[in-house]
Amino acid sequence: MNSFLLIFSLAWRNLWRNKRRTLVILLAIVLGVWAMIVTAAFMRGMIFQMLEDTVDNLAGHVQIHHSQYLDDPVINNSFDPDSHTISRITHDPRVLMWSDRIRLPAVVLSERETTGITMLGVNPARESKISFIGKSVVEGRFLNSSSDTGIVIGQALADKLETRLGKRIVLMSQDINNEIADRGFRIVGIYDAPLDPTEKAFVFVGKETAAKMVGLKGAISEIVLRLHDTDMVTPLVTEMDQLDHTIDVMSWLEVEPYLELMIQMMDTSMFIWYLIVFLAMAFGIINTLLMAVFERTREFGLFQALGQKPRFILFQVWLEAILMIIVGLLAGNFLSWISVMATGDGIDVSVFARGMEMINMSNIIPFVITFNDLMIANITVAVLGMLTGLYPAWRASRLVPADAITRI
Amino acid sequence: MNHVVQCEKVTKIFEQGLIKVNALTDVDLAIEKAEFICLSGPSGSGKSTLLNMIGGLDTPTSGEVYIDGEEIDELNKSELADLRLHKIGFVFQAYNLIPVLSAQENIEMVMQMQGVSKKERNEKSSAILEEVGLQGMEKRIPPELSGGQQQRVAVARAIVSRPSLVLADEPTANLDSVTANKLIDLMLQMNEIHKTTFIISTHDPMIMQRSKKLVKLHDGRIIDIT
Ligand SMILES: Nc1ncnc2c1ncn2[C@@H]1O[C@H](COP(=O)(O)OP(=O)(O)O)[C@@H](O)[C@H]1O
Ligand SMILES: [Mg+2]
Repeated sequence: MNSFLLIFSLAWRNLWRNKRRTLVILLAIVLGVWAMIVTAAFMRGMIFQMLEDTVDNLAGHVQIHHSQYLDDPVINNSFDPDSHTISRITHDPRVLMWSDRIRLPAVVLSERETTGITMLGVNPARESKISFIGKSVVEGRFLNSSSDTGIVIGQALADKLETRLGKRIVLMSQDINNEIADRGFRIVGIYDAPLDPTEKAFVFVGKETAAKMVGLKGAISEIVLRLHDTDMVTPLVTEMDQLDHTIDVMSWLEVEPYLELMIQMMDTSMFIWYLIVFLAMAFGIINTLLMAVFERTREFGLFQALGQKPRFILFQVWLEAILMIIVGLLAGNFLSWISVMATGDGIDVSVFARGMEMINMSNIIPFVITFNDLMIANITVAVLGMLTGLYPAWRASRLVPADAITRI
Repeated sequence: MNHVVQCEKVTKIFEQGLIKVNALTDVDLAIEKAEFICLSGPSGSGKSTLLNMIGGLDTPTSGEVYIDGEEIDELNKSELADLRLHKIGFVFQAYNLIPVLSAQENIEMVMQMQGVSKKERNEKSSAILEEVGLQGMEKRIPPELSGGQQQRVAVARAIVSRPSLVLADEPTANLDSVTANKLIDLMLQMNEIHKTTFIISTHDPMIMQRSKKLVKLHDGRIIDIT
């Protein structure tokens, strides 16, 4: 204990002996830690935003379809929303909210243009809570009820069709007998989604109106669910998918498989990034400490002459490295916290927006600091840093006292 | 065996590439408790090398060194460190003190490694600082002390835990003659009071005069003991 206190105060004072050198290397550690944490937070934020966008983008956390629907999304591959299985799923306590839809490929015709879209027949009360549409109508209004006869289309689609609020457009699709079904709708609302492709792809009509148009009686094409917690998605899907083989219960990640790939890729690249940052840092730590050891060669000889064992010298120099790393980690975490706080909602990346839209993302990326990422960054620096400090410490302890003392 | 130090045919050969330097050749020396010995000889005669062998800072090429009857060649690094910690005090020519520690902390350092309690350390270091005439300078760090004061702290540190032996390698070489004389006075006084054995190397004739026993080295051999 006595020896430890001595070694501790020696290490601490020696750390500040060459203030400038220590501050430079501390700066390197602080910036390294900061770069690790902030990049992790940014990447996490990007994933988070992507998932949020996906969920908002009509996918929800969990989707229910007819088992054939994904292979062939036609009207006949629909299911009964009042079945025992469905009500068991929608009443599960893990489910926060849900929305049922008739979802059909269709063609839209304006006075000037024709284009293919996806028609969503929705219950507006339920739909507006679960997807982006609830907060996205920028002109006119959203649908009033399932039997509303109006239509809500995206800004980009309105531009493409050269139409506007109050105008009529015609939707054409297939009915249950494989006959062409069409119907005119008045545009009652225009929405603005985070992404242009969404605006061009989806139009919203009342569910009852859609059912009448294609002759569906009570059946629907999909139900999307939002759960209380994303961690519940996989267990719920696994459990519910076994209930009834005529329906398909799947998670968002199955719907958008590239997302999962993306998450894995980010984890890997994050780790590589950590290693690169750390290598730069380790180089600085080793250099600084070796220099400090070299300058103090005589002192280490003196310590040995006074009866300090080689292992105490090793520990003394090592502790100096450890203290440096601890101080650097504390400051680095603090700086990261400040910078994340300072950015508030996130960083606006609209400058790169074109690239971002390609990977299905919106313009504001929030910083998301997870406990895991924090731990990984801190543990990487702490553990590898301590190992790095061991080498100069070992060199110091290996000095032969007589040689060390004669060197002045 | 009542010798504090005993050297038997101690030989040290330094090899630098192809050149061999016989720093010590067949040195026999026995030193008893409470002796005050001066090791003299011109520069390069082997004084430092002999002190290093006695203090276990380096090992002889052949021959044996005994401290309090214990053959130090048999000890490993850690045991040697313990031997130095408990039995030997060192004073070098310069840079004796740990720069980041105050005068008092430098003195207490050795006791701290020995596991002496804080209270006892404080008492002993204050007492010894007064004995060497440095009261009031406890808190000063080495750069704030003069060369003579630093050497006094080094002597105080060397004797504070009552070692069997103090080895001083040209302790006065960097001091003016008045300060050097005072330091020798101090060491003689410590030798009288505490019965500590001193071996001091020097090539200063004034110091040789004042020693009780003079060992003359030349080209690594003892040529005279008076
Ligand atoms: N580490 C060493 N390597 C090679 N030669 C050395 C070493 N240390 C001392 N010597 C040589 O040994 C001889 C004795 O040196 P030293 O004991 O330092 O003499 P002194 O202290 O009496 O001046 C000298 O010739 C010196 O050059
Ligand atoms: Mg010498």
